Amino acid sequence: MAAVESSPGPSLRNRGAALGGISPVVVLLVAASAGLLVGCLRSETFAQLTVQGLALGSVYGSLALALVLVYRATGVINFAQGELAMATTYIAWQLIQWGLSYWEAFFATLGIAFVLGTVLEVVLIRPVLHRSAIAAVIVTVGLFILIDGVVDWIWGSDLKYLPSPFGPRIYHVGGVSIARLYPGIFVVLVVSMLLVWTLFRFTKLGLGMRAAALRPAAAALVGVRVDRMLAIGWGLAAVLGAVAGLMAEPSQFFLQPTLMQPILVYAFAAAVLGGLESPAGAVVGGLVIGVSLNLLVQYVPAITTNLQTPFAFAVLIVVLLLKPSGLFGRREVRRV
Amino acid sequence: MSRLPALLTLLAVAGVLAALPFILSDYNVSLAAQVGIFFIGVLGLNILTGYTGQISIGHGAFMAIGGYTTAVMSRDHHTNLVVTMLMAFAICFVVGVLVGLPALRLSGVYLALVTFALAVSVPLLPLQWSTFLGGSGGVQSAQTVSHVWLYGVAWSVSAILFVAAWLILRGRVGRAFRAVRDSELAAVASGIELPVYKTLAFGISAAYAGVAGALFVLATNGFAQPSEFTVFLSLQLLIGAAIAGLGSLWGILAGAAFVGLLPAVSSSVPVVGSAHGRDVVFGAAVILVMLLLPDGVAGLVGRLRNLSRA
Repeated sequence: MAAVESSPGPSLRNRGAALGGISPVVVLLVAASAGLLVGCLRSETFAQLTVQGLALGSVYGSLALALVLVYRATGVINFAQGELAMATTYIAWQLIQWGLSYWEAFFATLGIAFVLGTVLEVVLIRPVLHRSAIAAVIVTVGLFILIDGVVDWIWGSDLKYLPSPFGPRIYHVGGVSIARLYPGIFVVLVVSMLLVWTLFRFTKLGLGMRAAALRPAAAALVGVRVDRMLAIGWGLAAVLGAVAGLMAEPSQFFLQPTLMQPILVYAFAAAVLGGLESPAGAVVGGLVIGVSLNLLVQYVPAITTNLQTPFAFAVLIVVLLLKPSGLFGRREVRRV
Repeated sequence: MSRLPALLTLLAVAGVLAALPFILSDYNVSLAAQVGIFFIGVLGLNILTGYTGQISIGHGAFMAIGGYTTAVMSRDHHTNLVVTMLMAFAICFVVGVLVGLPALRLSGVYLALVTFALAVSVPLLPLQWSTFLGGSGGVQSAQTVSHVWLYGVAWSVSAILFVAAWLILRGRVGRAFRAVRDSELAAVASGIELPVYKTLAFGISAAYAGVAGALFVLATNGFAQPSEFTVFLSLQLLIGAAIAGLGSLWGILAGAAFVGLLPAVSSSVPVVGSAHGRDVVFGAAVILVMLLLPDGVAGLVGRLRNLSRA
């Protein structure tokens, strides 16, 4: 595998791209967006589905962003990320029941999620991190079931409803009705991505986190508190997951213990499509999956709602086989 | 374990298992059969994850394929049930090899992702092809079996497959599997063809799961339904393998008993109650085992023996 990927052809082309040539991925995305725009202008149904797909894609993107953060920080895929998001959404619901306003509950929940994420990393993940990748994955699988059980135990499995964060208002553009919720979710996603990017790019904390993930030993030698960085990474991921959960509930899904399970598979596909290491890739991947699923179900008769998850599975397989580094990932060249 | 005590242990276990149907009530025999079914599934997963180092969170999908094979063949052709198990074995072997092909280029977390998505996707297919696969209502096989029949067949098949696994793993193939697990580079350098052995491990492992799935369907009155083969089933197998101890055959009985019996036992647990009680105990148990007993029950037994010897 290493031999194939470090052959001179592709690597030279890659260098060309890095030196300022426009990467084919960007061209592809621009073309796709143009296609969507044309479609939206020609058909109201198409436009409606696209807008809704963008909102759903934002939810997938948020969760994918959380997965990417954890993967970058600790090299682990957190299978419990979706369940963690579901649990924090229940906490928000509970806070609102107790009389907090929506946005008070929203930010309180983010705080709780951060604490929860860091505690989980320190107590459960750190002890197995030095062992095989399989051990850490099995722990997150255990966490998946444990959180499911605990939530079911505390809150029961009947449906609960969160109020929409952006009010019930609906805009009409031409013949397309856009609930204020949809652009709202999209904006929340873009803001969280910008915050993550700013954190990693411009703050000392972000620099420390990147160093800790990339070269733990070297980072520790220059004074980075590696353990603390990893814990913060998990905390931030839990916060992003909480955002995904809070946005998922009003957009299409009901608040119940299985809230995030279908979303998790879409988020996996989104994260892998984006290269599993790239925050921007995760967001773009989420949007691509959200919009394409929505449009495919409407316009391709062979694909029904039953095949949405298998479709995400197919995307996973195809991306991993044809371009394992995803749209935005870096090629990994191993020295043997 | 040296040869003679190992053989004696095996014979003792076999003797107890043979005596059980004469001692236990009908309901408890059905539970013991359930343990046998999970024994096969966990054994298969352990060949892949424990011995070859390739994780799968999707073996419930192979169980679903095996289960539907048995139900459909019985419904449409009244095929002998043991023959349908052989078919489930063969079909799942082929599907396992096919899933193993993309897995050749994936490792670690990527493989976990793909197999997880497989586990979520496969139970949705009967909903799509509902005329053939019965939709959400499921497929009812034409034949049903008694608990004692199920117990006898499940544990006979377990015994055969256990010996087969032992023979495979102690020989040349097993050494190749372990070499792949411990270091792919070193394995390739010593002339092991990675593609062959990785897909072979996937095939064998999936075939075991397929047989377990066939029996699993027979255990639910011959009824194959999407709701029986949720992601939870895949997680159950992985938990069983983790509790048994990855890369060891001796703990599998404990792992299978744990995942096979817990759902039935947990419904009578006070305070937490039924379904969520099961989930809480499952989740907590697997996390504790991973943190405290890295090598599962098998490792614990080994450590105790060393203590008693010292």
